[in-house]
Amino acid sequence: MPIDLTEEQLMMRNLVRKLVNKELAPRAAIYDQNHEFPWENIRKMGELGLMGIPIPEEWGGAGCDFLSYIITIEEISRACASTGVILAVHTSVGTFPILLFGTEEQKQKYVPKLAAGEYIGAFALTESNAGSDPGNLSTTAKLEGNHYIVNGTKIFITNGGVAKVYVTFVRTDADSKGYKGITCLLVDKDTPGFSIGKKEEKMGLNASQTTELIFDNARVPKENLLGVEGDGFRIAMALLDTGRIGIGAQGLGIAQGAFDVALAYAKERVMFGKPIIEHQAVGFMLADMATQIDAARMLVYRAARLKDKGLPLSKEASMAKMYATDTAMMVTTNAVQILGGYGYCREYPVERMMRDAKITQIYEGTNQIQRLVIAKNLIKE
Amino acid sequence: MKIVVLMKQVFDTEAKITLDGSGKINKQGVSLVMNPYDEYAVELGLRIKEKLKGEVTVVSLGGDEVQSALRQALAMGADKAVLVDPGTEEIDEFTTATILAKAVGGMEYDIILGGFKAIDDGSVQVCGRVAEILGVPVVNVVTQAEVEEGKAVATCDIDGGSAVIEVSLPAVLTAQKGGIEPRYPSMKGIMQAKKKPMQKIGLAEIGLDAAQVAPKVKALNFFMPAARAAGKTVPGEPAEAARELARLLREEAKVI
Repeated sequence: MPIDLTEEQLMMRNLVRKLVNKELAPRAAIYDQNHEFPWENIRKMGELGLMGIPIPEEWGGAGCDFLSYIITIEEISRACASTGVILAVHTSVGTFPILLFGTEEQKQKYVPKLAAGEYIGAFALTESNAGSDPGNLSTTAKLEGNHYIVNGTKIFITNGGVAKVYVTFVRTDADSKGYKGITCLLVDKDTPGFSIGKKEEKMGLNASQTTELIFDNARVPKENLLGVEGDGFRIAMALLDTGRIGIGAQGLGIAQGAFDVALAYAKERVMFGKPIIEHQAVGFMLADMATQIDAARMLVYRAARLKDKGLPLSKEASMAKMYATDTAMMVTTNAVQILGGYGYCREYPVERMMRDAKITQIYEGTNQIQRLVIAKNLIKE
Repeated sequence: MKIVVLMKQVFDTEAKITLDGSGKINKQGVSLVMNPYDEYAVELGLRIKEKLKGEVTVVSLGGDEVQSALRQALAMGADKAVLVDPGTEEIDEFTTATILAKAVGGMEYDIILGGFKAIDDGSVQVCGRVAEILGVPVVNVVTQAEVEEGKAVATCDIDGGSAVIEVSLPAVLTAQKGGIEPRYPSMKGIMQAKKKPMQKIGLAEIGLDAAQVAPKVKALNFFMPAARAAGKTVPGEPAEAARELARLLREEAKVI
């Protein structure tokens, strides 16, 4: 490990590694095959304080720095990328917005329970016509008396159905277009008129639950307004940068997990009288994979450290997300290649990792959007 | 209840052991952990504290690098740590036990716990020696213990089964795995660990000098185990091969 970590960060990494090796790794394939939400993982993580790592102690979190949180996502994703994304969404875009923009009452109501893992958080921005272009969202909210009446459908919502609270983006000004008139509401699971729609059958991340959210004259209490009306886009953008570092860490973890399997296999598997790693064709693949993973880790940790220092990080977060997740796809694909026919079979974990890796290039801003962000920053500089 | 846990830092169980140019065990770049059996001792100590109230003090011997293992025990829930620097790397079980006993002897204690052995040298001596020096009873390979004021009832591994032993306190109990599972430190525990007291002292502060603890045993030579020989395949038709295998097991391997 080439990157200096503090004693606490090392202790946390050891703790998470132990937990992962002992409990998460052995269950990962089963959860994937059964398309089952990993409640046991979440319970254990809540117990150990992993559901509120960067949340201040006064709000029930562990009060650790952001890098510790990022390292945790990485370590968990080595073995179970589904649990990695559940944690990342729960924390980065499920809990942080309430902590950063919530009123005292909103924070009291949700943050300590989110940080303890008693509640799971979720983030509802995407709609069928508003993915990379969130300004196009069409879910509406109209204030009637003490309630917002919300109508519309959100899609691809990670933690849909298992979350207690949804940080939801709606249009409060029906005549507005684009980013203006977007407002953020905290939607409780038990809101009348709110329901969970179709559960997606996905290529990977099968243990994480991805659903539609249906708002049919849903009655959201006025006091659940996060920030002020029309402030929604600013809130969303403030979260996405840090969310991206989390997904970068997930990609990094997936890549490392697949690499570990491929390396061990290449040292043991003998073809033409020697371990296949000693054949240049395979050895060079592993050399590239190792280098890409190290580079990805440096980008992800750099972005996390910028966040810890409160410095601008838009470009660096996009670089980290894009590079780490492209690396995840490349490394997992090559890991399957190195394991050959075995790699394609469920008996080995790399086919799952390859299926899990693909989405990391797509969600939390596609890697095309990340390049756009980087390019825009280059123009500004 | 004043609970003292004797802890040793050892090589990670997954560490690859090599010898350096001068034939000594190479410590460069090896990750260090709390001796796994000591984790059971810490867990036992924490359970006693949770039941009876009190304080868990973890005591270890070594240089600054040992702080990370002590910090681990603090993160699990121990209250304070004491690290005695022997001022030399030339130590044996006598040295270690003499220093630990002197350090612990200066504290209040009702029960002293430690792993029944360390996974590095596996000498299984230190806790017993400490008990002897302090003049208190020792119960070894304890998997579970019920402690109350003045006595402990310990379940111990014995050949082919377990024994339940009652002992008066103060006493030394050495922990074996099997009965309890050491907890993971929580994130909050890790954050709190750095705020807990860690006392670093030298020999002089506990009234010892180097001559009094000079080792009596000296390791002359270290060598790596010979590489394992390749396995043997018995060829031929199944019935015939099985007969040959049985013969080899009986006559060569002498295991049946």
